[in-house]
Amino acid sequence: MRVQTATPRIEVPERARDNGSTSKGTEAKVSVRNLNFYYGRNQALHNISVDIPERMVMAFIGPSGCGKSTFLRTLNRMNDVIPHTRVDGQVMIDNHDIYTPGTDVVELRRRVGMVFQKSNPFPKSVFDNVAYGLRINRITKNSSELAQRVEEALQDAALWTEVKDRLKSSALSLSGGQQQRLCIARALAIRPEVLLMDEPASALDPIATSKIEELIFDLKKQYTIVIVTHNMQQAARVSDRTAFFLLGKLIEVNATEKMFTAPDEKLTEDYITGRFG
Amino acid sequence: MDTHRHLDDELNELRDRVLLLGGETEQALKGAMRALEERDTEVARQVLDNDDRIDLLEVEIDRQCIDIIALRQPAARDLRFVISVAKMAPVLERIADHACNIARTAIDLNNEPQMKPVPDLGRMASHALTMLHAALDAFTSSDAIAAREVITSDSEINNLYNHIFHRLIELMVSEPETATRDARLLFVAKHLERIGDYVTDICELTVYMAEAAFIKHYHQRANL
Repeated sequence: MRVQTATPRIEVPERARDNGSTSKGTEAKVSVRNLNFYYGRNQALHNISVDIPERMVMAFIGPSGCGKSTFLRTLNRMNDVIPHTRVDGQVMIDNHDIYTPGTDVVELRRRVGMVFQKSNPFPKSVFDNVAYGLRINRITKNSSELAQRVEEALQDAALWTEVKDRLKSSALSLSGGQQQRLCIARALAIRPEVLLMDEPASALDPIATSKIEELIFDLKKQYTIVIVTHNMQQAARVSDRTAFFLLGKLIEVNATEKMFTAPDEKLTEDYITGRFG
Repeated sequence: MDTHRHLDDELNELRDRVLLLGGETEQALKGAMRALEERDTEVARQVLDNDDRIDLLEVEIDRQCIDIIALRQPAARDLRFVISVAKMAPVLERIADHACNIARTAIDLNNEPQMKPVPDLGRMASHALTMLHAALDAFTSSDAIAAREVITSDSEINNLYNHIFHRLIELMVSEPETATRDARLLFVAKHLERIGDYVTDICELTVYMAEAAFIKHYHQRANL
């Protein structure tokens, strides 16, 4: 739940800024301003401000416990379901603050889809998994439109050719990589505008990982993608911009090529060269 | 942490090897100029004999850079260091090749009657050696300011080259009987002028390594 009362402002160091926010004139799809997040008395995020450009991939990197997944979940209010948490600051999507009282959270999560670290298909058929969101949101008018949307989602998730002949098979019979792409198809079926991915390939082998990365590359033509990853090479491969978090603070945001060749901040440099601590 | 210590060890080893290559290159240039000035064919032959060792060092550095990139996937300053070294090693090897060419010219000239010395040629060689030494020092200490100073000093080599060029052309016209030997000295001057350019390349790589700044082309260099 959101607390509007004044909370002690954490002075973010001068370095904790977005270097060049959006690039190449791209509009920010998501603009976060002065975001603080608390688990009970423990402040997990300190005064985060960042712009996430439209139709680009932004990667969040940082050591375990730095707050990157917590921050990701603030972008579609997934933290709301965790007891004793509170947030202040603004998360603007298309210039609308998603924490404004009265915001339809179900609609928000339709617009801002999420894919988790561990694939979590429902114990249903491949088809029914992808159709699930379409059905409960009553998005399609008839079965042929439903089938059309399921096929489109599976094609967008680069899974269609592998499952088109087994749509009625259990989703649990798919390989780990296929299950993760199925979850991406499920998220894409309801046509979100932003896709949040929390370590989507961390449990996959290199071939499955490569497919997910290629998929991310293709999806950014249509979607704004935010990915949390522990794998810095993955961040370097898939993202246009990278944000480095440390101890709940945003240390640096930069173009990915700059981040991995010449970061502005020493803390970033120490982290990505493995000399942290 | 051990992995990173391992990377540090590998990067230190790479740095040592580049400095070894740099030292050998300096020695090659010194030897070649000594062979020319003192008409010492033996020293010239030593320069040529040692060139295989320089070539080998370059190949080893090349291989080591590839291994580090493939196996350690360096980033940020480590990546800039490895990339700079990978580009610097062939430049040093080429400087050594120019030294060998000077040594070969020395051997040819030593088989002919002694000529009047061309004073600026010694100055030019001395300046090229000073530049090379300073460039290697700047690289060792990752000192972009020192590297920029070396780049600026390349104009002195170019001025000396122009002066020597005109002087030798005059000599060829006024004393045609020594024109062949003058032409050989003109090539020596050209080798030294190219060495100045290569030293500039080394310094540009040092600036990139230290500051991630590309100052490669003339219009960018104008704002050193």
